[in-house]
Amino acid sequence: MAKENKGKRQTDTLKKVLLYIRRYLFLLVLSLVFAVVSVFATLYVPVLTGDAIDWILGPGNVNFPNMIRILTQIAVVIAVTALAQWLMNVCNNKITYGVVRDIRNDAFAKIQSLPLKYIDGHSHGELVSRVVADVDQFADGLLMGFTQLFTGVLTILGTLGFMLSIHVGITLVVVLITPVSLFVASFIAKRTYQMFRRQSETRGEQTALIDEMIGNQKVVQAFGQEEKVQQRFDDINQRLYQFSLRATFFSSLTNPATRFVNSLVYTGVGVAGGFAAMRGMISVGQLSCFLSYANQYTKPFNEISGVVTELQNALACAGRVLELIEEEPQLAEPRDAVSLGQVQGTVELSQVYFSYDPGKRLIEDFNLKVRPGQRVAIVGPTGCGKTTLINLLMRFYDVDRGQICVEGEDIRQVTRKSLRENYGMVLQETWLKAGTIRENLLMGRPQATEEEMQQAAKDAHAHNFIKRLPKGYDTVIGEDGGSLSQGQKQLLCIARVMLCLPPMLILDEATSSIDTRTEMKIQNAFAQMMKGRTSFIVAHRLSTIRSADVILVMKDGSIVEQGTHETLLAKNGHYAKLYLAQFAP
Amino acid sequence: MRKLLVYLKYYKKESVLAPLFKMLEASFELLVPLVVAAMIDVGIPNRDGSYILKVSGIMVALGVIGLVCSITAQFFSAKAAVGFATKLRHSLFAHVQSLSFSELDEIGTSTLITRMTSDINQVQSGVNLVLRLFLRSPFIVFGAMVMAFTIDVQAALIFVVAIPLLSVVVFGIMLVSIPLYKKVQERLDRVLGITRENLTGVRVIRAFHREDAESERFASGNRELTAMQNFVGRITAFMNPVTYVIVNGALIWLLYTGAIRVDQGILTQGEVIALVNYMSQILVELIKLANLIITVTKAVACGKRIQSVLEVENSQKQSVGTECAGAADAAGEKGAPGEKDAAGIDAKDGVCAVEFRHVSLTYRNAGDTSLKDISFKARPGETIGIIGGTGSGKSSLVHLIPRFYDATEGQVLVEGRDVKEYAVSDLREKVGIVLQKAVLFEGTIRENLKWGKADASDEELMEALATAQASEVIANKENGLEEEVAQGGKNFSGGQRQRLTIARALVKKPKILILDDSASALDYATDARLRQSIREMEEKPAVFIVSQRTSSIRYADQILVLDDGAVVGMGTHETLLERCEVYREIYQSQYQEDAQTGGAENGKGE
Repeated sequence: MAKENKGKRQTDTLKKVLLYIRRYLFLLVLSLVFAVVSVFATLYVPVLTGDAIDWILGPGNVNFPNMIRILTQIAVVIAVTALAQWLMNVCNNKITYGVVRDIRNDAFAKIQSLPLKYIDGHSHGELVSRVVADVDQFADGLLMGFTQLFTGVLTILGTLGFMLSIHVGITLVVVLITPVSLFVASFIAKRTYQMFRRQSETRGEQTALIDEMIGNQKVVQAFGQEEKVQQRFDDINQRLYQFSLRATFFSSLTNPATRFVNSLVYTGVGVAGGFAAMRGMISVGQLSCFLSYANQYTKPFNEISGVVTELQNALACAGRVLELIEEEPQLAEPRDAVSLGQVQGTVELSQVYFSYDPGKRLIEDFNLKVRPGQRVAIVGPTGCGKTTLINLLMRFYDVDRGQICVEGEDIRQVTRKSLRENYGMVLQETWLKAGTIRENLLMGRPQATEEEMQQAAKDAHAHNFIKRLPKGYDTVIGEDGGSLSQGQKQLLCIARVMLCLPPMLILDEATSSIDTRTEMKIQNAFAQMMKGRTSFIVAHRLSTIRSADVILVMKDGSIVEQGTHETLLAKNGHYAKLYLAQFAP
Repeated sequence: MRKLLVYLKYYKKESVLAPLFKMLEASFELLVPLVVAAMIDVGIPNRDGSYILKVSGIMVALGVIGLVCSITAQFFSAKAAVGFATKLRHSLFAHVQSLSFSELDEIGTSTLITRMTSDINQVQSGVNLVLRLFLRSPFIVFGAMVMAFTIDVQAALIFVVAIPLLSVVVFGIMLVSIPLYKKVQERLDRVLGITRENLTGVRVIRAFHREDAESERFASGNRELTAMQNFVGRITAFMNPVTYVIVNGALIWLLYTGAIRVDQGILTQGEVIALVNYMSQILVELIKLANLIITVTKAVACGKRIQSVLEVENSQKQSVGTECAGAADAAGEKGAPGEKDAAGIDAKDGVCAVEFRHVSLTYRNAGDTSLKDISFKARPGETIGIIGGTGSGKSSLVHLIPRFYDATEGQVLVEGRDVKEYAVSDLREKVGIVLQKAVLFEGTIRENLKWGKADASDEELMEALATAQASEVIANKENGLEEEVAQGGKNFSGGQRQRLTIARALVKKPKILILDDSASALDYATDARLRQSIREMEEKPAVFIVSQRTSSIRYADQILVLDDGAVVGMGTHETLLERCEVYREIYQSQYQEDAQTGGAENGKGE
C-alpha cells in the first residue's frame, strides 16, 4: 500500500512537472526534431564505415574511388550531426531553465499569498531551501533528462531499425538480452528513490539548523555554544552521511550493472555475427557495423538508467517545491469584495473570538467600537497579547468567530489591499529590505516626489543621519537593515509610514529603540500625524496612554479593562496598579 | 579548490582505490577490440566455430571482471565523496562559528547558507564523478592510443594528432565556463536573498501591499539568473558537437590510411576494425568526459566559493591563537588552581571588573570611528548605566567587553587582564550578555536556558527566571520548562522573549552582566522589578545597563553618557543632572513627559 502511494505521488509530481513543460511545447518539438536528425545521422556513420571497410579487402584489393566517395558522405553526415546536436542542446537549456524559472516564480508568488500562519509556523530556512536548492537539483535532473532521454530512446529505436535492415537474426539476439538491462535499472531505481527522498529531507533539516544558528551566530558565540551547536550539526551531518552514502552508492550501481549487460549483448552479437559471417551471410564490414551498433544500442540504456535515477532525485526535489506551490493560500477574497477607498476610520469589533492554537483560548468575546479620529491605547504587561490584536486588525490572521468591521464593512468582505492601504503600521520589530534607503522609504508610495520623501524623512528625524551616510538616500543597506542601528531602522520605518499617511495608524512600540531626545522631537510629528486619524497604539509611555480616548488593558491575551484614564483609575483595577508602578520605580 | 581537497585525506584509501578499480575495469575494456579483431582475422576466414566460441568466452569473462571492479569502484568513490562532503560541511560550519563578528557582518548570512548547502552538494557530486570517471576517461583515451600503436604506428599517429586537439577544445571550454558558473551562483544568491527577505519581512510587505512588486523584483532576479544560465549553457553546448567532429574527422582519415596500409599488405581488415573501434571508444569516453566536465566545472566554481569562506581569517585569531595558548599554558601551569583565588583576592583589593583605557573603535569598512578615546572603570558589583542617543555607540561599547569586536586603539581589561589575553571561551564564560534582538532557538525552554550553563539544575533555572521576571511566562505554559520554543521563538511575544533571554544570561551566573537595551519591550513596572531583583542577587555581578530611559539607569553607581561615540558625561544621576547638558536634556525629555502629561498632552486628547 505504502509503495503504491509513493509511486502515485511520484506520478502526480511528474504530471505537474509536465504541465510546466507544456508551455515550451514549440521548443520541445524543435528539440525533438534536432534529436531525430542528430541521432539518425549518428547512426548512419557506422553503416557508411562498414561499407568503407568492405572496400578494404586485402593487399592490392582496395577500391579507392568508392572509398573516397563514402568518406565524403561521412564528412557531410558528421557536419549535419554536429549542427543538430548543438541546436538541440541550446533548446534543451532554454526549456530547462525556463521551466525552473517558472517554478521559482510560482513558488515565490505562493509565498506572497500564503497565510501568515503557514509562514510563522515553518522554518524560513527550510522554505528557502525548497525554492533554491531543491529547484536547482531539479534543474540538473531535468536537463540531463532532456539531453539524454530523447537521444537515448531515439538511438535505441534507430539502431533497431538499422540492425533489422541488415540482419534479423542477430538483431533478435540483441533484443532478447536487453530487457535484462531494463529490469536491472528499474530495480535499482525503485530502491534509490526512497533514499533520495530521505537524503532530501535530512538536507532540509540541516538547512533549517544552519539558518537558525548562522543567522543568530552572535548569540551562539556570546554563550560560547559553538561546540554544542556544532555537535547538533554533526549529528544531522552524520545522518545525512548515511543517507547520502546509500543514495549515492545505490544509484551508481545502475551503471556497472547495465554495462555488464551491454558486454553480454556485445558478446552475443560477436558470436552470432561471427557465425553469420563465417557462413557468408553478412560481410565483415556489416559485422563491424553491428558491433558498433551493439555498443551504441546499449549505451543509451546506461544513460537512460542514469537519467532515471537522476530524474527520481529531481522528482523528489520537485515534489517538495510543488508541495509548497500547492499549499492552501490565504482565504481568497470574495468575488464581490469591496474596495474600501479612503475611510473615515470607524472600526468595530464585535464578539471576536480568536486563538492561534485551537486548544488554547486567547481572545474571547471582545467588543470595541472606535470612532473616526479616536486614539486607542493598548497597555498591559509584557507578553499580554497586544500584538495579536494587530494581527487581527491588519487581517494577518482571521478571527475565529465574530467580526471586525471597518467603515461598517466586515473586513473579510473587502479587498486586503484596500484594507491594509488604510493602515499605516510601525512595528517594534523593524524590518527593512535590502536595497537603497530611497527604495525603503518609497515602499508605501512609490510615486512620491523627492521633496515629499525628504519631508517625510525630516519629519521622522531621519533626514540628518541619512545625509551623513556615504551615499545619502542612495546608500544601499544590507539584509535586514545591515549596519544601521536599531533606532535608525525604526526612524526609517516611521518615515516610511509618514510618507503615505493613511487614515488609520497602528503603532506597536513604534519608538522603543529611539532615544528620548529624538523621540520628543518625533512626538510632535506623531501628534500631527495622528490628528484626525484613528490610531491603535501599543505603548508604555503614560503620556501617550493618558491622552488616548480608549485605553484597552490587556492581560493574558484578553481585554480585562476598557475605558479612559480617569474612569480606569477610579476603578482601581489593573490599570491603576500599572499606573502606580510607573510612578514608583 | 586545492585547499578543499585536503578533506579527502580522511578517505585516502577510498580515493585511491576508486580510480584504481575504475582503471582496472577500463583496461579489460580496452582488450575487447583486440579480441574481436582476432575473431575477424582468425575465426571467420578459417571458419573455426569453436575459436569464435572460445573468444566470446573470453569476452564474457572480461565483462564479469569489469563488473566486479566497477562496483567496487562505485562503492569507494561514493564513500569518499559523501564522506568528503560531510567533513567539509563540518569544517565549514565550525569555521563560520569561529569567525568574529566583524567577519560575519562582512560575509552576510544568506550567502553562507547557500555555500553550506547547495554549493557543497555540487562539490560532492563533482568529487564523486571525478573519482569515478576523471581518471578512467583519460586512461581509456590514452590507452586506446597505446593499443593503436601496438597495431600500427602510422595509423596510431592519427590518434596522436586527434587527442591533443580534443584536449584543447575540452579544456578551453572548461576554462571559459568556470568563471561564468561563478556568476550563475552569484545570481542564485540574489534569488535566495530575496526569498529569505520576503519570509522575514512578510508582515511589512503585506502591510504595504507590496506583494506584486516583490514578485516582480523576484522575477527580475530570476530572469537574470536564467539569462546567465542560458548563456553558459550555449557555450558548454559546443563541447559535444565539436568533439564529435574531431573524432569522426579522425575516423575518416583513419579509414583512408587504413585502406592504403591494407592495400600495401601491412594491415589486415580485422586490424582496421580494431582501430576504428578504438576511435569510437574514444568518442564514447569523450561524451562522458564532456558531461563530467560540466559537473566538475560547476563543482570547482562552488568549491572556490566555499574556499573563499574558509580563507576568511578571524581577525582576532592571531592574538587568541598565540597569546591565548600562552595564557592558557600559564594558567595551566601555575595559574589554574590559584587563578580563582587570585581573582577573588584581586577583586577585594579593588581590581576592576572591567576597565577601558583610551579605547577607540572603528568598524571595518566604516569611515568614521564609532567610539573615541573611552576610559572608565567598573568595580565588581557595581551597576554602570550607559545612555545616549541612537547611534551614539552604546552597543559598540559593551560589545567590546566579551570581545565581539576588538578595540582599534587602547585596551579593554576584564578583571585586570587585557581581553586579548583570555581564551575567548574563558572570557565569555565570565560575561553574560543580553542582546538587543531577543533570540530564542528551536527546542524547549529548558534547552534554551541551559545555553547559559549546561548542567544547571531546575532550581537554578527557576531562580534565573524569577530574577528575570519570567517565572510567569513558564507558569502560564502547560509544560513549564518543557514548553517547546518554535524557531526564532515565534510562539512567544517580544517581551516574553526578552525576559527569557535575560534569564538565559543569568543562568550563567556571570561576573559581568550586560543588558544591551534588552528591556526595551518591557513595561516600566516589569523593568523596575527586573532591576530590583538583579540588585538583590546573591553574587551580584557588575552590571552594564544600556538604555534609552533614564529611569532604567537612574540608580546606577555610575552613568556614562555617550554622544556620537564619545563620553560626554560620567557620574551619578545627581552629578550628571547638575553638570552634563546632554544628560539633563535626556532626563528632562522623559521626566517632563511623566510630569506634564496632564498639561500639554491632555489638551490634545480632548
